[in-house]
Amino acid sequence: MEFLSPATLDEALAAKAAHRDAVPIMGGTDVMVELNFDRRRPDVLLDLTRVTELREWDVVDGHVRLGAGVTYARVVDELGGHLPGLALASRTVGSPQIRNRGTVGGNLGAASPAGDAHPPLLAAFAEVELASAGGVRRVPAAEFYTGVKRHAGADDELVTAVWVPTATGPQQFSKIGTRNAMVIAVAAFALALHPEERRVGTGIGSAAPTPRRAREAEDLLAGELDWEGRGALRETVAAEFGRLVAAAADPIDDVRGTAAYRRHALGVMARRCLGWAWAEQQDRHREGGH
Amino acid sequence: MRVTVTVNGERRTADDVWEGESLLHVLRERLGLPGSKNACEQGECGSCTVYLDGVTCCACLVAAGQADGREVTTVESLGDAEALHPLQRAFVDAGAVQCGFCTPGLLVAAHDLLARDPDPEDSDIREALAGNLCRCTGYEKIIDAVHLAAERMAAPADGGAR
Repeated sequence: MEFLSPATLDEALAAKAAHRDAVPIMGGTDVMVELNFDRRRPDVLLDLTRVTELREWDVVDGHVRLGAGVTYARVVDELGGHLPGLALASRTVGSPQIRNRGTVGGNLGAASPAGDAHPPLLAAFAEVELASAGGVRRVPAAEFYTGVKRHAGADDELVTAVWVPTATGPQQFSKIGTRNAMVIAVAAFALALHPEERRVGTGIGSAAPTPRRAREAEDLLAGELDWEGRGALRETVAAEFGRLVAAAADPIDDVRGTAAYRRHALGVMARRCLGWAWAEQQDRHREGGH
Repeated sequence: MRVTVTVNGERRTADDVWEGESLLHVLRERLGLPGSKNACEQGECGSCTVYLDGVTCCACLVAAGQADGREVTTVESLGDAEALHPLQRAFVDAGAVQCGFCTPGLLVAAHDLLARDPDPEDSDIREALAGNLCRCTGYEKIIDAVHLAAERMAAPADGGAR
């Protein structure tokens, strides 16, 4: 095994071009488990923790450009205002030790259907930045996840950042597990209201081969919500929203839960997230003096 | 590969380290520091909690090469049998130790908590120690021990050696 530890992004991209089968490693919370348990023996490990460019975030054109190496702990500490949905989800990742090391970029690279960052990124209409020695491109999160632990990146590309529109409305996240820490989601759901565009974003986790949006549920809400924010949420709308979210999932039975439970839980989480988000939207309007 | 790490203030070098090896393995098997415990090897149990450049992490999830040139602080730096750290003393006094396997990780995680918050609430302690599993104590005594250490560290005259 070779261990490459580039100091700059250019070096990292050159290394990935030269070693297309290299396994990138950041916080190690997935990759090291596979190594420790002899499940994977890559020829090349590509350590990205020394690439300072990856550890930065900036606000650019109404987006947060979040470097792939920013840890969950930093998302929680620094980005709760700009990216409330992602910060909520980051708060539920693992434990303090895991949040100190694990990164959103690593979550994207692993592309597990259970990754906690995926639902809020989908709901926020984020785009994943992929870079190679030949250039940079952006892929909408909804097109990034292509299969169980597979994504749209080519073998000479690295996930270098994710571009997330800064929140203009309430965002919520809900996750089911057996306890509040160290849990791989049984099912997870994220909701983002985008009042300026009168659109709704959703993200479903751990309940399909890939993280995915519930587009029919989004369209229903976008049409039914009283975007002026004065009206109460109609119970029939919330119920239908929950039903459509559950219908958008494609869960399986596994060690963490049954498909039927996951589908039920998604409906409940969707209604709850909507209730929380809508209460916040109404508060914003009252505070805004409308 | 050769890995050089500053461990507990001392520059240490290990040779012939396998590229896929964990920092935990280097600490325990190559540098003679068995305080950090090897239990789950997947970041679930926290028994191998150390500081890497001042931030707590599970040493089992750090590739040895990622620690090269960096600073690691292990439980061995807290205190020893002659001069226990107030946290170690409190764990003993409160009965927070049974089999002891989880204790080193809990001590480092609790040390990190008290450095940030010298007077934590129960909920803060539970949150800070959420990544550390103990299968003996039921955690109540551990929470007591952290409170006790916090009290003693706030009033060192009552707390004995630091």
